[in-house]
Formats: sequence, structure tokens, C-alpha cells
Amino acid sequence: MESLAPDTAPSAPPPIRRLDPQDPTPAQEAVPTTATSFVAAKRSIAAPQFSIRRMEVDRVSIHYGAKAAVKGVSLPIRQGEVLALIGPSGCGKTTLLRSLNRLTELTAAARLSGSIRLDDVDIRLIEPTLLRRRVTMVFQQPNPFPMSVFDNIAYVLREQGSRRVRKKALEPQVHSALARAGLFEEVKDNLKHPALKLSGGQQQRLCIARALAAEPEVLLLDEPCSALDPQSTAVIEDLIVRLRDDVAVVIVTHNLQQAYRIADHVAFMYLGDLVEYNSATRLFNSPTQQRTAEYVSGAFG
Amino acid sequence: MESSVVTPPPPAPPESKVPTKAVEGSATWSLVDRLGLAFCWFLGLLFCAIAAAIVIYLLIQGIKFLKLSELTTPAAAGFTEGESGGFSDAFVGTLILGVMGISMALPIGVAIAVWLVEYGRPRALARITEMTIEAIAGIPSIVLALFGTVIFTSTALGFLSRSNEGVVFGRSFFAASSMLALEALPLVVASTREGLNAIPRHVREASYAVGKTKAATTRRILLPTARPQIATGGMLGLGRIIGDTAIIVVLLGATQNFSPVEGAPFPLDYLRGAGTSLTNFVYEASPTGNLNQPQKAYAAAFVLLLMVLALNAATDLVHRRARKVGTWSH
Ligand SMILES: Nc1ncnc2c1ncn2[C@@H]1O[C@H](COP(=O)(O)OP(=O)(O)OP(=O)(O)O)[C@@H](O)[C@H]1O
Ligand SMILES: [Mg+2]
Repeated sequence: MESLAPDTAPSAPPPIRRLDPQDPTPAQEAVPTTATSFVAAKRSIAAPQFSIRRMEVDRVSIHYGAKAAVKGVSLPIRQGEVLALIGPSGCGKTTLLRSLNRLTELTAAARLSGSIRLDDVDIRLIEPTLLRRRVTMVFQQPNPFPMSVFDNIAYVLREQGSRRVRKKALEPQVHSALARAGLFEEVKDNLKHPALKLSGGQQQRLCIARALAAEPEVLLLDEPCSALDPQSTAVIEDLIVRLRDDVAVVIVTHNLQQAYRIADHVAFMYLGDLVEYNSATRLFNSPTQQRTAEYVSGAFG
Repeated sequence: MESSVVTPPPPAPPESKVPTKAVEGSATWSLVDRLGLAFCWFLGLLFCAIAAAIVIYLLIQGIKFLKLSELTTPAAAGFTEGESGGFSDAFVGTLILGVMGISMALPIGVAIAVWLVEYGRPRALARITEMTIEAIAGIPSIVLALFGTVIFTSTALGFLSRSNEGVVFGRSFFAASSMLALEALPLVVASTREGLNAIPRHVREASYAVGKTKAATTRRILLPTARPQIATGGMLGLGRIIGDTAIIVVLLGATQNFSPVEGAPFPLDYLRGAGTSLTNFVYEASPTGNLNQPQKAYAAAFVLLLMVLALNAATDLVHRRARKVGTWSH
């Protein structure tokens, strides 16, 4: 890593990661400290119309036993925007994300210090099941429940384990959740279809529908497209951008192109530290930190 | 094959037998591997033959000797096979034991498995529970039976069997089915645990992540998902219960008829009394038993076999239905 820094080895150009093979632009000669060779597709989204601060991560550190996974991270999470968490494997993205709805507490060894606030209330003061309906999560592996498409959503809408509310009464809400996740048109003819027999992309959108059915204020997505083909990924990316006005969206991704395409703000983490938090265009094109420049140029990770 | 390995393209195969598919040849296998494979084939076929022989033999004998009347007439005292009646009490006895035993073993076993897999705290207690279940699984049923007599002859449990002037008889459907349930319990626990452990952790978390409690998740997601394995455990347990002999001989009684307790209200009088089962009947009716009616032994054994085969078919059905629901990719 050190050899790539211009002051120690000025002749070595930063490695180039070019995704568009037609792009003939040569690497720049003199590279300023913070410039990157990040080459991305055009950003497909317009600037946010508004942004409302919903969550506040305040000097949060998370330890697994003696091992620090997240070290003093502070971040705002805003409705109206998509926030992407990026960084090399094992840098604590998932750990940070899961702490936002207190899922880390399920790991006995995990200890959290600092505070996380949702609408100015410390989440430790919010009863976990209530918090997790306000801050829902979608996982890396599509994991619909082994029941019908309809029942997957109905399960979220009903009180805990109860089955009292009739299916008919839940229909409008189920339909609207599926529609918000862009799945309704594909499944409306057979809502009794077993959810696990949908395609991977459809399953993941069902999981998003499920997370939206709880009417959350914040939606957490942990590498939601890593198991999907490019087409399903594009569909879900569109969906995420459309959702940002209704819910604050936080997405963890290893796909820098994806982060660039859909995120308004990006947080770059490295070994548990938050190295840089910046708007997507700034972080990818003129980062303030050397490590960020190296990472987005594909130098490591 | 030509001697050259890489360069020349293989000669075109003769027109007559064009291979449609390339398969791995065993020519490259070592002698040991080839012998091993042959041995596996031999053993596989041997066991198929043994199983088929048992089923076919019992089928022939059963069809020859089984009369429907035997399932409806109780055993009677008599010197010839014609005079000694049927084995209806044994048949009904097996049904009662099966129902009572599994309706104790299944809920308790599932509850233990859920606790072990989903809670398991305090750790030490979970470890002890696990070890106890394993120990029970390893205890011979005759030892369990003996243990049962100690428990069920105690005065405190006199209401579960017949007691005479303060002496508790200790043999009853209650006593036998309780110990049979204990015998079936480890099978239910093991199978249910396997089912729960097969559910990825992120599926549970997906349920927690929409605000569901552990209880709701267990009831609505985990148990329904593990249903095929729970059913398998239940069927295995049921098979063990209806196949057991030692516990029945010791804890149900050596009679071939029901002997209801006088004065008790209807189902309780039978359940508190002694009785018999198909296994007990087969044992007694076999050439070495007290009754020595081998034809009826075959008939009863045939009925027992049919019940076990029906159980297997039912398990299969549950699994096949579960496959329609699908599963997670890993
Ligand atoms: N349950 C756990 N117990 C102990 N250590 C853990 C646990 N989960 C994560 N860690 C450790 O915490 C660190 C951060 O893990 P985390 O899963 O948050 O990384 P990540 O950034 O999401 O990585 P990836 O991109 O590979 O998903 C890692 O070093 C990991 O080994
Ligand atoms: Mg992760």
C-alpha cells in the first residue's frame, strides 16, 4: 500500500480499474493526492429533494469479546437519501448495520458502547420488537419464510404469532407492500405460490416487501444483490432509489459501482474505523483520505 | 486407446456404435477400489435380499394364517388354534400404547429440542439435558422396564394401576406407555433438533428483524419448517413403541386379555388395568412361548409389519409434501 503513495514512489501510477472497455481515456499523468482512478457508469439518480435526519450513530464501538469490530463511528442516517457503507471484507459494515436495530444483541459476545438514536431517542430505550419494526432489515441471502408469498407478508402484518386477522382483511396491505417492492405485477396471479420457489431476484424483492410491510422508518440492506444476476440487481437498485423518500435507506455493498450509482452519501470503513463519510460524488472522485483513494481505485479490498 | 497422450486428435469412433455420452471408466481404478466397489454392491444386494425375504415370508405366512376374525375376537383359553380365539386385545393394546406413548413423547420431545436449540441457557443445564437424553437412548429397554416397576409400584402412583390392600400392582397401560414414551423421546428430540439446526440463522434473524419475538418465530416459522423432521422423529418413536417387547412384558402384564380395574370409570378402568400388545402376543404365541400357536404368531407379526410399513409410507409423504415448499439455497 505504501508504495502506491505518490511521495514515496512518484513514478508508479495508481492501478486503473476500468469497467468500460471502450473508454480510451489514458491514466492521468500527475495524480493529486486525493484523486482516484475510479471509473463508473453515470449516476442514475437525481440529487435528493430533501433530507431529514432520522438516526444518529454517535461514537459507536462494538467489540466481540476482546476484538474491536467497530471503533468509534459517528454517522447521520437521513430519510430522502441512500447511505452506502463500503469497505473491505471484515471491516465491520455488517456489525454496524446490525447494531442499528439491535440485532447484534443476539450475539452473546457482542458489546456496544456509544449511542445510537432514532428520532432523538436512544434505541436502548426502545423495546427491541418495536424498534425492529421501525428499523427493518434485508439480508444477504434471500430468505423468504417457507410459506406462500401472501403469508410471508401477512406474517409481518399480524400481531406476533397470532393468526386472528383474516386473510381477506390483510389483502390491501399485502398488495401494497408487494407493489412498493415492485413485485406485485409478477406474483398477483398466484399469491399462494410457495415463496421459496420464486427466482432469487423475486425472493429478494419479497424480502424487501416483507421489510416494508412493517412500515419502517429506516430500511437496512446488507449486500442485498450479492447473490443476484445483473438484471435483478438493476431492478432492486431502481427500487432502492425510489424508496429513499419514504424511508431512510442504509445499504452495505461490496460493489463500488453500485454504491456510486445509487447512494447519496457513502461511508468508507477500514478495519473498524470510519475513514471517510462524504457525498458519493466527492468520495469516489475526490476523496479527502489516502486510504479511500486507494480503495476506490481498486488498490486493495 | 493409442499410446500417445496429448497431441493427435482421437480417431473417429466406428460408425456402428457411436457413444452418446462420455463416462468415467473404472479401468483407471486400483484393484482395492474395484474390490471395494464390488463388496459394496454385494452387501447392498445381500441386505435387500434379506429384507425382501423377511417381508415376503411374513407376507405369505400372514396371508395364509391371518383371518379378519382374529382382529375382532379376543384370545381365549383353549388347546387348539381353533379354540383359542384371536388377538384383538393385543391389536387394540398396541394401538392404545402407540397413541398414549407418542402423545407423551412428541410434545415433550419437541419442547426439549426447541429449548436445546433455540435457548440452551444456562449452558451447563443444556449439556446435562443433552447427556441425559443420550443416556436414555442407550439404555436397553428391559432396564427401563425394571426402572419403571420401581416407579409405578410406589404407593403415590397407585392411581395409575391396580392396587390391592395397599400393594400397588404397577402394571398398566399408563405405566407401560410412560416408559415407552421415554424410550421414544430421544428419537423425537434428535430428529427435531436436526430439523431446527437445518434452518439457517439468518432466517430466524429475518423474523426478529421485523419485530417478531422468539416465541412467535418458533411457533410460526421454525416449527412449521421443521415439521418433516418432527414427523420423522414421531414415526421413528412410534415404530420403537409398537415394536418394544421388554417393557410390555414387565409393565403391562403377561395376560393376553384386557383386565380392567373394577369400579373405575370407562376409559380409566382399561388404562389402569393390565393388557397385552402384538409384540407380546407374538412372543407368547411363538413356538418357544407359553401359548405355542405359531400360525397366529405369524398372523400377528404380519399385522405388526403392516403397521410399520404404513408408518414409513406416512413419513415419506410428509417429506414429499415438504419438498413442494422448497428450501433456502444453503
Ligand atoms: N459473531 C461474531 N463473533 C465474533 N466476531 C465476529 C462476529 N461477527 C463478526 N465478527 C468479526 O467482526 C469483524 C467485522 O465483521 P463484519 O461481519 O461486520 O464485517 P463486514 O464488513 O460485514 O465483512 P463482509 O464484507 O465480509 O461482510 C470481523 O473481523 C469478524 O471476524
Ligand atoms: Mg458483511
